[in-house]
Amino acid sequence: MADATTKPASFQEIILRLQAYWAAQGCAVMQPYDMEVGAGTFHPATTLRSLGSNPWAAAYVQPSRRPTDGRYGENPNRLQHYYQYQVLIKPSPPQMQELYLGSLKAIGIDFSVHDIRFVEDDWESPTLGAWGLGWEVWCDGMEVSQFTYFQQVGGHDCKPVSGELTYGLERLAMYILGADHVMEMPYNDPQSPIPLTYGDVFRQTEQEYSRWNFDVADTDTLLQHFKDAEAECTRILEQPYDDPKTGKRIVMAHPAYDQAIKASHLFNLLDARGVISVTERQAYIGRVRALSKACADAFVQTEAGGWTQAENSPA
Amino acid sequence: MTARPQALNVPPSRRKKATDMPDLLIELFSEEIPARMQSRAAADLKKLVTDGLVEAGLTYASAGSFSTPRRLALTVEGLTSESAATREERKGPRTDAPAQALEGFLRSTGLTRDQLEARDLGKKGEVFFAVIEKPGRPAAEIIAEVLEDTIRNFPWPKSMKWGAGNLKWVRPLHRILCILSDEAGAEVVPLDVDGIASADMTEGHRFMAPAPFSVTSFEDYSTKLKRAHVVLDASERADHIWADATSAAFAQGLEVVEDKGLLAEVAGLVEWPVVLMGDIDETFLGLPPEVLQTSMKEHQKFFSVRNPKTGRIEKFVTVANVETPDNGATILAGNQKVLFARLSDAKFFWENDLRVAQADTEPRMKPWLYALETVTFHNKLGSQKDRIDRIALLARRFANVVEANQDQVEEAAKVAKADLSSEMVYEFPELQGLMGRYYAAEAGLDVSVAFACEEHYSPLGPADDVPTSPVSVAVALADKFDMLTGFWAIDEKPTGSKDPFALRRSALGITRLLVENGLRMPLQAELRQAIATHSATNNSVEAELEMARIDVPDADVDKHGLRDAEGEIAADLLSFFHDRLKVFLKDKGVPHDVIDACLAMPNSDDLTLLVKRADALSETLKTEDGANLIQGYKRANNILSKEEEKDGVFYELDPKVKLAETDEELALFDALDAAEAKITPAMEAEDFTSAMTAMAALRGPIDAFFEAVKINSEVEIVRRNRLCLLNRIRVICGGVADLTKLDG
Repeated sequence: MADATTKPASFQEIILRLQAYWAAQGCAVMQPYDMEVGAGTFHPATTLRSLGSNPWAAAYVQPSRRPTDGRYGENPNRLQHYYQYQVLIKPSPPQMQELYLGSLKAIGIDFSVHDIRFVEDDWESPTLGAWGLGWEVWCDGMEVSQFTYFQQVGGHDCKPVSGELTYGLERLAMYILGADHVMEMPYNDPQSPIPLTYGDVFRQTEQEYSRWNFDVADTDTLLQHFKDAEAECTRILEQPYDDPKTGKRIVMAHPAYDQAIKASHLFNLLDARGVISVTERQAYIGRVRALSKACADAFVQTEAGGWTQAENSPA
Repeated sequence: MTARPQALNVPPSRRKKATDMPDLLIELFSEEIPARMQSRAAADLKKLVTDGLVEAGLTYASAGSFSTPRRLALTVEGLTSESAATREERKGPRTDAPAQALEGFLRSTGLTRDQLEARDLGKKGEVFFAVIEKPGRPAAEIIAEVLEDTIRNFPWPKSMKWGAGNLKWVRPLHRILCILSDEAGAEVVPLDVDGIASADMTEGHRFMAPAPFSVTSFEDYSTKLKRAHVVLDASERADHIWADATSAAFAQGLEVVEDKGLLAEVAGLVEWPVVLMGDIDETFLGLPPEVLQTSMKEHQKFFSVRNPKTGRIEKFVTVANVETPDNGATILAGNQKVLFARLSDAKFFWENDLRVAQADTEPRMKPWLYALETVTFHNKLGSQKDRIDRIALLARRFANVVEANQDQVEEAAKVAKADLSSEMVYEFPELQGLMGRYYAAEAGLDVSVAFACEEHYSPLGPADDVPTSPVSVAVALADKFDMLTGFWAIDEKPTGSKDPFALRRSALGITRLLVENGLRMPLQAELRQAIATHSATNNSVEAELEMARIDVPDADVDKHGLRDAEGEIAADLLSFFHDRLKVFLKDKGVPHDVIDACLAMPNSDDLTLLVKRADALSETLKTEDGANLIQGYKRANNILSKEEEKDGVFYELDPKVKLAETDEELALFDALDAAEAKITPAMEAEDFTSAMTAMAALRGPIDAFFEAVKINSEVEIVRRNRLCLLNRIRVICGGVADLTKLDG
């Protein structure tokens, strides 16, 4: 691990330093969720785990897909696939801001020459039925993170409140590494035997997905998949809590939530294909939100979500 | 940033305080408070705490409150050290009253039977009295209660919980500083709000002086804060920013574009303002200045710096929150880089948009117009394209009113909203219209068409400029007609404080467009026509109108048996216009009754005519002759109406001079002839002011007539002649307004 006072040399070193830093703060360092999501928030380690009363602390990288942001790898900072670094701590500790600033220091930001600012930015996710208050954090006028105290998720009040951090890794890394174009940013150490840039790793996929997202993805299939995911999510949640085979209480919040995530991503793809009109848009968002809320309702019925046998057995 | 030795806004008097009049200092230290909420919160803190203290029986000499991104502070000077003792006497029931009455009294006073006094009130018998004495309470006790209550019930526009606690604040609250100080020293006022205990401690600048420190008074507090790189007073921060920004610009022969809202916001984003001026890359200087300005302000909170010679925006000013060893070089470089990316986006939008605007399509900007077909304006009123088609139809009609070329007006109406599809307006909605003007010019359209793209949204409010160019006026009228008649037809009218489609603004806009341009339009007929346009082109409006037709009162069914729902809606909408006009004229100082008097005249749906009448009448009423004329007129009218009612006839014949008996009567005949000679042509020319001046000249003869002449002469023919003479007054003076509607 490099000394925090030195500047990181590559994109991956920034990620590694964040991982080490948050591990040292006691977070469970988790791995990306194995599904297509629009943001790190969608990982069940954030959405679902911010619900209920059980304490939680997790940090992870989440590959995120925003089909409408694809620019065929040509735009200096717009990508349809990028990485977010996500931290969730419940309950939010009193020194959450200091912990966050410590992470900036760990990746080489020197507060004596940079201007760090917490600028009001209330967060809301219509598809997750979630909102919180917080800031976008500026470093020399550039937004480097979102900092949110969750107030509601899936229509449930957060008790206790989670503190959530989201770092847009490419943008942050470009700033620290002094890269003007994301594709020119060193992915691994430039001194490596085989130095790779971000472009070496992702230019090809950005081109391919941009074409597919915008022009090729079959909208009829996507629409059908959306309906299927919606139906499956609902069907899963309709099952009785008690599993007839094992005789155990097994509420299937996570499998249902996977379907909600799918529906959300399919909506994003349909949006990129330009087949969703302004009026339909709200209706689709409402449908995804209904799924998210139903999953949140189910999660708080699980032990991970704070449900206990003792509190719920008949007196 | 230079040091500032002077203390903040502290009146010198506070230094001469008496020892028993302590000062209170409160600071609520939290994570970053949104800039837009700070000044209001400081004012609320002051009001809530001082009101609470006064209500609890304390008094104080003066108070001041302050805010920074991380703190709200309040200083209260010359506070009484304890509340005054109070003694209250309450009269209860008679000693021989039933037991329940006594019990009730004991409950309400909180006393026991043996604490009451029985007093003999003579004839009224023996009565219980309760004497409730409340000792004075120390200030600290009261402060603790008031502050806790203030914190728990603070009126933040949005507040939140954090951690596992239940307290709500705008962002997590970390410290409560609360001390009472006098010459003997300072003492912490003890209180605890959800685990946050009060103390005498605070912190300085987050990065430049983060160590906590204690304070003993407001003076000590503000001095130590300044040493810890925090300027407590927001207006001092704003003044400093403005002074440094303007002098930095001036040194290079430039000027900062003034923006008070931005200045206040930026002053709320920093505790230690450091002004830095940076360059805008050459490649962006070709963008419209408004685009540069909007992009820099919205995304970066930069001030624009303009070259007064060229009018171009050439540099920017950003305000950092920290002093650095490299004098802000790193910060400025970072900001410039972000700006470069932002402006690259703007330039990308501008260039893409120009390709559409300059393309040789028929019609011009065709892809944008085409895109508006898929944008819903309102689910019952169709797409933006439908709306534009209707506006074009209406604008063509209005071309005659404004004396513009019909084809040009229609062309302007068709492209006026094209920019809504442009990338720039998608990114910066506040540039709608303005971009339309640029793009229409790039499309090679006539300059009057280009200006209509920008000006057809105007006027946006009572203070906004009204367009005067005929093409702009026609499209602006059509735009607002379509809004109002559409929402009226589908029964989406404003109610109470709810006006989601800003229809009041549209009605006022039409009013001002017509009146201030002196345009003549029979509003009832035009509104009806616009409603008919909606129903002819839109099935759901047609269906609404069919429903409305059922509700048309039988009395209003015309001779062909037609139930004119369009006309009914237009009439309802017209009365909405009249209400807006009343508000508008009242703001200009025209009294309510003057407007009513003019509304009672024919063609009151011609707003320009209506306002002309109202102006003339209101001016006349300001003169002594005018005010007295009204009295004379009313007197004539009252007598006449009474006699007409009594006799069951109207005295409308021409009065005969030969039947006049007195000089005053003859003089009135002469005066009426003279006035009529002036009034008739003036009325024909709608010169109501001259007409009213001529009427006011009748005041003397009319007064003299009433003074000397008895109307009800015993000779019937003379009486009738005099009544006919009164009728002449009524006819001659009633041309401008219905003067009977005037108050007083």
